[in-house]
Amino acid sequence: MPCLHHWLDASVARAPGAVALTDPGRGEIGYGDLGHLTDRLRDRLAALGVGAGDRVGLYLSKSIDSVASIFGILKTGAAYTPVDPGSPPWRAAFILTDCDVRVAVVERAFVAALEAEAAKLGKTLRCLVLEEVGGGRGLAAALDAADRGGVAPVTPTADPGLDGLAYILYTSGSTGKPKGVMLTHRAATTFVDWCSEVFQPTAADVFSSHAPFHFDLSVHDIYVPLKHGARLVLIGEDLGKDPGRLAELAASERISIWYSTPSILSLLAQYGRLERHDYSALRHVLFAGEVFPVPRLRAIKALWRGPRYWNLYGPTETNVCTYYEIPDQVPEDRTDPYPIGWCCSHLRSRVVDLDGSILTGGEEGELVIAGPGIMSGYWNLPERNAAAFFTDPDGTPWYKTGDLVVEEPGGVYLFHGRRDRMVKRRGYRVELGEIEAALSGHPQVREAACVATAGPDGQVTIKAWLASRSGGRLSIIELKQFCMDRLPHYMVPDAFGFLDTLPRTSTDKTDLQALKALG
Amino acid sequence: MDQIIQPVKEYILSTYLKGEDPSALKDTTPLITGGILDSLGTLELVSFLEQRFGIQLEAHEVDAERLDTLQAIGSLVKSKTATV
Repeated sequence: MPCLHHWLDASVARAPGAVALTDPGRGEIGYGDLGHLTDRLRDRLAALGVGAGDRVGLYLSKSIDSVASIFGILKTGAAYTPVDPGSPPWRAAFILTDCDVRVAVVERAFVAALEAEAAKLGKTLRCLVLEEVGGGRGLAAALDAADRGGVAPVTPTADPGLDGLAYILYTSGSTGKPKGVMLTHRAATTFVDWCSEVFQPTAADVFSSHAPFHFDLSVHDIYVPLKHGARLVLIGEDLGKDPGRLAELAASERISIWYSTPSILSLLAQYGRLERHDYSALRHVLFAGEVFPVPRLRAIKALWRGPRYWNLYGPTETNVCTYYEIPDQVPEDRTDPYPIGWCCSHLRSRVVDLDGSILTGGEEGELVIAGPGIMSGYWNLPERNAAAFFTDPDGTPWYKTGDLVVEEPGGVYLFHGRRDRMVKRRGYRVELGEIEAALSGHPQVREAACVATAGPDGQVTIKAWLASRSGGRLSIIELKQFCMDRLPHYMVPDAFGFLDTLPRTSTDKTDLQALKALG
Repeated sequence: MDQIIQPVKEYILSTYLKGEDPSALKDTTPLITGGILDSLGTLELVSFLEQRFGIQLEAHEVDAERLDTLQAIGSLVKSKTATV
C-alpha cells in the first residue's frame, strides 16, 4: 500500500508535464519538476541525518517551496511538523523543540526570533534556511547553496510503511501549551481515499488550498489533488483573508473543488462581490471547522449556485469523520444548522454516555470514533492519551471526540456542543484554558477566566474576565498587544471585563456560568 | 486631519475597545499588529471608511501597513478624498 509521497511519484510518472501547483503571482510548477525538487530535498535532508522515525519542522509561508518541502521530508521517511507562520515565535520554538525535530526548514525572516526563543528554552535547532519563498525558487536556491559544500548523495525514497508517522499537527492545549496530534500514513491515506470515493476527483480538477498547513483541512488540499494528478492553487496567508482577491482568484483559476471554513465562505458572500465573476467550473464546495449558520450558508448558495455543498466534520485527531451533503434547496424558514451527517466509510462511530455505554435511543452523548483514520496519540503526553481513548474488549481503540451529538433516525448525527471548554472561532480550535494561561502570565493579572458566547449570527466571541493585582482596570490596548505577543491571532479575546475577584462556585472553581451571566 | 481621525477613533473605541480609556488610543497605536483589529475587523473598518467618507478602497489599498494606525488611516482617507 502506498504512502502519501508514493502518490506524488505515481502522478509524476503518469504526467510529468502537467501543472501540479500554482502559487498565484509567483509561479507554477509541473509534476516532473516537483518530483525532482522533492527528491533533491530528500537527499539533502538524508545527508543531514534525517530518516524514518524522525520529525522535521516546517516554518514557511505557504508556497510551492513549502509543499515541496513537505514531500521532501516525507520521502526521507520522516514526519513533518508544520508551524503557523503567523503565530508568535515562542510558540513555533515550543512546538519544534517539543517534538524534537532533527532539522527545521525555515524561512530567513523567522530564523533570528526562532533561534532566540529556542535558546530561552535551553534548546538549539538545526535549520535549513530558505532566503525567501515563492515559486519553488527559494528551496531550489537553498539546495544549490548547500550543494556547493558537497552534493548530497542520492538516497532512495523511503518506505516508512503505513504505520509510519506522516505528520504532527499541533492544536490548542488547555494547559497553555499546544499539543501535537500524531497521524500516520495509514490515517492520512485512508482519509484521502475516502475523499476520492465521495468527490470523484480527476486530473482535470483544480483545487483550492485555503487552510494553512498546520490546520487539518490542508491534508485534503495537498494530497487529494496530487494523488489524482490535478492542479492545486495555493492561497497564501494574506490573500486568504482578502475576500475581494479570493473571489477573483477562484474565478480566474477556474477552481472546481473549494474547501474552507464557513467563516471564509461567509466573507466571500458578504464582501467578495461574487456576482461579478464566472464560477461555472465549481463542482464541490466543502466546509468544515465550525457550525455554518443557515442564513450564511443560504447566502453563499445563492451566489454560487452550481456546485454541491458538503458539511464535513471531525477534529484533527480523526480528520473528517462524518459528512453531510446539503440539499439543493435550503428552505426559507430553516434556521437549525444542518446535521454533521453520517460516519465516513473508512471509520466507525458510536454515541456513548459518560461511562462509555453505547446509547442507541437517540439520547445526547459523546461521539467516539474508531478505525484506521484516527490519531496514534498526542506527542509525549501519556496522560492525555490515556484520557483521549477507550479500548473495547476486542482491543479496538476509540477516540473520544468531546463533541456531544444526537443520532437521528437513519444514522445521521446532529451536533449539540462540547463536553469541555474547547471552542471554535472562525474554524480555529481554541482552548479557553490556553488564553487564561497566557493572561495569567501578565504581571498585573491576579486571576483570569474566559467565556465564549455565540451571537445570533453564529459568530463566537471570547471575553476575558480579569482581576488585577491593583484591583483596578488595565489598558485593553495593552492587554491585546500582550496576547498578540503570546498567542495566535485567533485566540486574542474580543473583549475584556474587570472584577475585584472572580466569582467562585461552591467547590471553589471559577464560576464560569456567573461570568457568562455578566455578559 | 482630525476631522478624519476623530470619527474613526470613536468607531474603533466603541466597536473593538469597549471600556478602554479613550486617551489610551493614540494616533500611532498599532491596530492590526496590536491585535485590536483582526481580519474581519479590518474588513468592517474598510466598510465603515467607505460609507463614512464616501470613498472606494481597492483591494491593494487595504493592507495592514495602510490601516495599522489612526495616522495611516487618516493619510489614506485624505489621499482618497483629495482626488475626488
